[in-house]
Amino acid sequence: MDALSSVLVVLDSTLRLSIPLLCACLAGLWSERSGVVDIGLEGKLLAAAFAAGAAAHLTGSAWMGLLAGIGASVALALVHGFASITQRGNQIVSGVAINMLAAGLTATIGNAWYGQGGRTPPLEGAGRFEGVLLGHSALVYIALAMVPVTAFVLARTRFGLRLRAVGEKPAAVDTAGISVTALRYAAVVVAGVLCGLGGTYLAAALSAGFLPGMTAGRGFIALAALIFAKWRAWPALGACLLFGFLEAMSIRLQGVPLPGIGEVPVQAIQAMPYVITVLLLAGFGGRAIPPRAAGVPYVKER
Amino acid sequence: MSAPLTIPRWADVVLVPLVSVASAFLVAGLVVLFIGEDPLSVTRILLQGSLGSGEGLGFTLFYATNFIFTGLAVAVAFHAGLFNIGGEGQATLGGLGIALALLNLGFLPGFLLIPVGILAAAAFGAAWAFVPGYLQARRGSHIVITTIMFNWLATVLMVYLLGNVLRETGSMSLETRAFPEASHVPALHEFLGLFGVAIPTSQLNLTLLVALAACVAVWLLIYRSRLGFAIRTVGANPTAAAYAGISATRVTVIAMSVSGALAGGLAVNELMGYQHRLLLDFTAGYGFIGIAVALMGRAHPVGIVFASILFGMLYQGGAELAFEKPAITRDMIVVIGGVLILFAGALDGLFRRLVAGALTRRPRAVEA
Repeated sequence: MDALSSVLVVLDSTLRLSIPLLCACLAGLWSERSGVVDIGLEGKLLAAAFAAGAAAHLTGSAWMGLLAGIGASVALALVHGFASITQRGNQIVSGVAINMLAAGLTATIGNAWYGQGGRTPPLEGAGRFEGVLLGHSALVYIALAMVPVTAFVLARTRFGLRLRAVGEKPAAVDTAGISVTALRYAAVVVAGVLCGLGGTYLAAALSAGFLPGMTAGRGFIALAALIFAKWRAWPALGACLLFGFLEAMSIRLQGVPLPGIGEVPVQAIQAMPYVITVLLLAGFGGRAIPPRAAGVPYVKER
Repeated sequence: MSAPLTIPRWADVVLVPLVSVASAFLVAGLVVLFIGEDPLSVTRILLQGSLGSGEGLGFTLFYATNFIFTGLAVAVAFHAGLFNIGGEGQATLGGLGIALALLNLGFLPGFLLIPVGILAAAAFGAAWAFVPGYLQARRGSHIVITTIMFNWLATVLMVYLLGNVLRETGSMSLETRAFPEASHVPALHEFLGLFGVAIPTSQLNLTLLVALAACVAVWLLIYRSRLGFAIRTVGANPTAAAYAGISATRVTVIAMSVSGALAGGLAVNELMGYQHRLLLDFTAGYGFIGIAVALMGRAHPVGIVFASILFGMLYQGGAELAFEKPAITRDMIVVIGGVLILFAGALDGLFRRLVAGALTRRPRAVEA
């Protein structure tokens, strides 16, 4: 009974911890499938978490928090889009800038508004997302629903086909008379919305308010999951659940000796997603090949 | 639109960075206004705090030393067409190298400890950059992603080592015991004091001279050596480099190793020059700001020194600012860094076009 309940506890927290990863991972999937590399997932999550925490506290409504979170995240996504699509700038540089902007702005504004070292006041009652089914909030189910939606739209709709084509060979799409720019902006905005969802979940469901740096590298683990999943939606769910499980285990196993192995250093488990990603990228255990045009700005005349 | 822009070299080297820096400060000013402070008085405090006193100036140059190292690190990789975001992790490992060397080699003659520490920092930093470089060159893995992952791996490794292996016995905080006295890089006020010159006390130490020497060395390497030519050729046009018989694999691995070794310099300044022990998170984001420094300085050592001093001023002035105006924290500097990376890096083309437009447009009065 005791073993069963602890298994359930771990599975439960696995799901909770994988939701922000899943949102960011799907966001990266949309963006990169359209040919826009997104290092800025972390920054968008963080900005969304702050906006959601502040708005939910102000209005007392978690849903208003979600709206604000998505707004903040989409705003950053548009900055990234402007730099990398319209101005054909370096997408990685732009992503790094987004991460720093978000880290700096959330801490600065949070400290100026609330004066508590950057954190937002704790959220109570309707300011947080309450469990609606099996103890999980609506955001969990929305995020999970995004997996089949993403898979379906990308694989089975005209829009999805074009979007994938733009990420592989934009010139072909352009020749067919379809706007590369519009498709890529659409993908970047979808990425913004998804990161908004993930960030809001962090601040208004997983915790009760925003803490500076609360994303703690989740945007980068999502990037790792995206590579692990080879830029596909269903495997992305699997990868995020796996990485969420690792995080749950690393919390659970803190200071607990395992039979036969002894005490596993928490850090060994925490390092797993990064190690897996490095190995996969190096082509050990199945090659991970990104979309062909990812990271390359599209220049019409060529 | 995609025709190559022809703007004079002085405009490209001086004017474009100046315009993007000015725009970044404009944005920062707007943020300051948004949180209800007065940008002008903030600027005054920043300048006063960073340059207004000998002590402030010392701290400004101490921080600038950090930025010179991380900026050079990013720049060397840039020249080879590589984007090394792993400065944080490489500096962290550099710190580990310093700690391992200094805590275990204390029996060496005292005068050897400083060079040994510097070499250990460079070697460990280089090793942590070598692996991503090798994986990119030989296995085709993307260097950006690998270096990001290596940053996190470095953090995790450090938490483990400081928590379980290297921690000073009986200490609660995650740090090692102090390094041997002989390994402390002399602070500038102590050093000049030996010659009877009195300057205000600060963290500024002789690592600054190492950083300036590194600038000269990088300049010689990149612009005056055969290897530097190979690095720049691979960076500018890998296909042409291959035709010229330059091995991209070799250049990638070497450029990354040099880059990592330079990042290790941050650990020398922070740990051997100031903290005198290894502690968690001593890199404190300097590695990321190094990207802004390199972009602003156009990946040239001279530009990097100027950009480093600017960021040193922001850091030191920011600390003063946090005293006087509790509403503004040092995170403001991260905002400025982010905007600068955006403007001087990702939106570089936009600013070049703006400058080119302004330069070619003739004044109306002349046309009439």
